[in-house]
Amino acid sequence: MATPVKVYGPPLSTAVCRVVACLLEKDVEFQLISLNMAKGDHKKPDFLKIQPFGQVPAFQDEKISLFESRAICRYVCENYPEKGNKGLFGTNPLAKASIDQWLEAEGQSFNPPSSALVFQLALAPRMNIKQDEGVIKQNEEKLAKVLDVYEKRLGESRFLAGDEFSLADLSHLPNAHYLVNATDRGEILTSRDNVGRWWGEISNRDSWKKVVDMQKQQHSP
Amino acid sequence: MVVKVYGPAYASPKRVIVCLIEKQIEFETAPVDLIKGEHRNPEYLKLQPFGALPVIQDGDFTLYESRAIIRYYAEKYRSQGTELLGKTIEERGLVEQWLEVEAHNYHPPIYEMTVQLLFASKLGLSVDEKLVKKSEEKLGKVLDVYEERLSKSNYLAGDFFSLADLSHLPFTQYLVGPMEKEYMIRDRKHVSAWWDDISNRPSWKKVLELY
Repeated sequence: MATPVKVYGPPLSTAVCRVVACLLEKDVEFQLISLNMAKGDHKKPDFLKIQPFGQVPAFQDEKISLFESRAICRYVCENYPEKGNKGLFGTNPLAKASIDQWLEAEGQSFNPPSSALVFQLALAPRMNIKQDEGVIKQNEEKLAKVLDVYEKRLGESRFLAGDEFSLADLSHLPNAHYLVNATDRGEILTSRDNVGRWWGEISNRDSWKKVVDMQKQQHSP
Repeated sequence: MVVKVYGPAYASPKRVIVCLIEKQIEFETAPVDLIKGEHRNPEYLKLQPFGALPVIQDGDFTLYESRAIIRYYAEKYRSQGTELLGKTIEERGLVEQWLEVEAHNYHPPIYEMTVQLLFASKLGLSVDEKLVKKSEEKLGKVLDVYEERLSKSNYLAGDFFSLADLSHLPFTQYLVGPMEKEYMIRDRKHVSAWWDDISNRPSWKKVLELY
């Protein structure tokens, strides 16, 4: 039996969840080694050796040490092509190109405004940081414009990159989950017919439900 | 059938063009004028619904997001031109890692600086000096990590040139050129050597000559 791969970072981190969701989809055994970011674990010399930017997650298997959640996901798909969901990163070059396009759209267009909103609306209050109404408004407007494009796309295609669930859809799960479940702005996703339908489908995948359970366990005494 | 790249005058399309030249892939270009707002024309939005540059057309196939485009062509034409993805799955993993670092750590601050210092006045907006200063500080911290990394290996993903290094060319060219922030590169010995190496590749010199 292969050694489980290691993922470093707190289960509540959106980027950590992106990797965990991918490992669950691919049926790759893993060990989650949590970090206490409030205590600055991610800035300690031992961690900086494997993630020099002091960000989470980091990943290790028998061959390699990697960081950047979307790079880790791509590596996992390439290194374990026969495991779990074989089509997660496409089964031919054109399918893969479309998935990469929407993964980039997620990273460049969806992630910045949704991350800012998750921070302002869900995290800042918990950390006793004052919310910035200007930042909230600006990012709501940005995200709305992005979701207008998604609304049109998802009226033409079941999932973002095509007819099958892919890494591109998966990559959206962590931030979207927080927006819908930990802020009062979830309707930005759920009020759009096609985006709402897509959100319902992707968030109901077994892999994502397992991630949500894992996050809930973090909170139990 | 030749690959058509939209918007060659701007930085992100150049990321695609330099990759096509490295891979010896024939291409043509079509201009898009951002100042005139041509990226918001309905015909352009049919190709790239976010109104961003670039987009490519390859016969019936359309693809956008420069980093998705370069991955596609680097893989499709693996057997010709420069190898840009490393030789093994592990090397590819490191290429992906540093390409993501460029996309999420390097690009945001350098893009803010580009918009403020090179485009704000053209769009009739005043320069946000505070934002420029904040972005420059952020970029400096990223370059400090690069300095450490490049003291251990010649290129970002290892001792081989890859998409990860290539992806830095267009906006870093703006930084050392029209933005007049060359000191950020020159003050860091290993980053400086790396920049000299990658920016002197014939492919990049060709891009600067043509566009």
